Amino acid sequence: MGKTLFDKVWDSHVVDQLEDGPDILYIDKHLIHEVTSPQAFAVLKDKNIPVFRPKQIVATADHNVPTLNQHLPIKDELSRNQVARLRKNCDEYNIELYGLGHPYQGIVHVIGPELGITQPGMTMVCGDSHTSTHGAFGSIAFGIGTSQVAQVFASQCLLVSKPKSMRITVNGKLKKGVHPKDVILYIIAQLGTDSGTGYFVEYAGEVFENMSMEGRMTVCNMSIEMGARGGMIAPDQTTFDYIKGREFAPSQEELEEKIKHWQSLPSDNDAVFDKEYRFDADDIGPMITYGTNPGMGIGVQEKIPSSQNESFQKSLAYMGFDQGDTLNGLPINYVFIGSCTNSRIEDFRVASDYIKGKKKAKNVNALIVPGSQQVAKQIQDEGLGTIFEEAGFEIRQPGCSACLAMNDDKIPSGEYCVSTSNRNFEGRQGPGARTILASPLTAVAAAVEGKIVDITQP
Amino acid sequence: MEKFTRLQQTAIPLEIENVDTDQIIPARFLKATDRKGFGDNLFCDWRYDNNNNPISDFILNDPTYTGPILIAGNNFGCGSSREHAAWALTDYGFKVVISSFFADIFKGNALNNGLLPIQVNEEQLQTIFEAMKENPKCEFIIDLEQQIVEIPSIDFHIDFEINTYKKTCLINGYDDIDYLINNKNKIEEFERKKNA
Ligand code: SF4
Repeated sequence: MGKTLFDKVWDSHVVDQLEDGPDILYIDKHLIHEVTSPQAFAVLKDKNIPVFRPKQIVATADHNVPTLNQHLPIKDELSRNQVARLRKNCDEYNIELYGLGHPYQGIVHVIGPELGITQPGMTMVCGDSHTSTHGAFGSIAFGIGTSQVAQVFASQCLLVSKPKSMRITVNGKLKKGVHPKDVILYIIAQLGTDSGTGYFVEYAGEVFENMSMEGRMTVCNMSIEMGARGGMIAPDQTTFDYIKGREFAPSQEELEEKIKHWQSLPSDNDAVFDKEYRFDADDIGPMITYGTNPGMGIGVQEKIPSSQNESFQKSLAYMGFDQGDTLNGLPINYVFIGSCTNSRIEDFRVASDYIKGKKKAKNVNALIVPGSQQVAKQIQDEGLGTIFEEAGFEIRQPGCSACLAMNDDKIPSGEYCVSTSNRNFEGRQGPGARTILASPLTAVAAAVEGKIVDITQP
Repeated sequence: MEKFTRLQQTAIPLEIENVDTDQIIPARFLKATDRKGFGDNLFCDWRYDNNNNPISDFILNDPTYTGPILIAGNNFGCGSSREHAAWALTDYGFKVVISSFFADIFKGNALNNGLLPIQVNEEQLQTIFEAMKENPKCEFIIDLEQQIVEIPSIDFHIDFEINTYKKTCLINGYDDIDYLINNKNKIEEFERKKNA
């Protein structure tokens, strides 16, 4: 029987198998950030053990950082301490840190790929659930808890049971105005937030084959929102072209060797998946969410479904919506374009293309937060910055920002925010904030119109 | 890690589905650099109002229900990988969480912190919620060695599953990290082959 992409990468990283227990899985790259690492370093101290392979770790500060005046000391004392602790730990254990002020700093899942650190066939982990993003390159990448961060520090390995495999195939051609974000929101709305639990997903079919790397990252990023540990897409020419020439990409000669290997990774034709789903690109339109989990999504024109389920009712009450409402035309005051889901240059190109020559609605507070210093620079170099500013959008410095509101970028209680991030949980963007997830295009259109609109309608 | 073997205690029902880790411990409390004290902010936005006063109809503020066992709706612990969620639950005093479904990362984090996640089916979960409505002080027996949950007052008895390796870890209070460090030779051997 043939092997899946996932099998191939997983099996080649198994150091040992415990009887009736997990595998010892070797980890090629370990990404860390300030929030989920301090307690892991503390474990090393307690046990008096070193970091086993410091060269395979890359650190950045992203969750906590302010998006204004990053050159000044962080005002919030706890945040400042946490970021300082990361620096101290990295210094002590010899770990490369792209901290505030470094030209490579940014959201951990944005910088890995853009620096060429993320490559096909790798195993990667980070103390962050959206590590699934890196699966876009055909690597096994998943989020871990802090105890596991300590385990990888100590041994470059993890004890994990091999998940089951799922393939989601989407064939056909996406309609104009329909973006990768819509595709993944559609899939999660169809399958539900717990459908992927216990599985690793492979996205296959024409839609993903024709997608840019940025789009593939957006899709894989949200795999965790259906409960899956990660998502993967078979590496192909698009992948190789993206990697080529990046800071930590293999040199030309080495790259050719590697590409040969990478080309052997896609799932064999006779590989069998534990679960399969198929969708048609034609059925997918611009999506938005109406509830407090990412599975509560509908087409912009559709009506909110009904359900007697208590948790569903509670969710609608939090959002201030009723069953049968449509959100098309809903006035909104906040728009956030950022987060590891949609803060890459492509996302901002889409956004600026739309708003060129337009102005944001007066009532709208529109925040643009690039995923990394490099993206921020690209925005300026390509002249997008001027377009955003002329349209009245505010461009900030890189970080997680209003995706999880650990810094000052919070949405006020009760306000709706059309957000390109990945989670619409209660209070995610600040206590009482109401998040509506959408693609960058739907988000900028909402900023310009001051309300939710269907971008595919003239 | 604290050892877990058996307990006989009352429980607290949280009849909400898809409880995500942002509800268990909101992000603004993740700025600490140690593992202690998260229990004070467990379920903070459901537990306290804007002026930090307890919200009386939230279950943790209801003195009718007490105990180290949390009974939660389907898909508990979805969302972020923050282990702070498991720390907040254990710091508050929980030792067991029972639900009909757990998110993967949460489950792993719980097990790594001596918090036992027990998965039951939807019907069993409803029976448990009903039993607690009838008698808020009904006792549960949780026996990890035998892998059983019992509610003697209603003659409820089920077996639950747990990975043998994880069971041994919990019973003995072992951490994965010790196991891995003891396998350094194998890991180095693997690296040599891989780079050859
Ligand atoms: S942008 Fe949001 S989802 Fe992504 S790593 Fe940061 S906090 Fe997590």
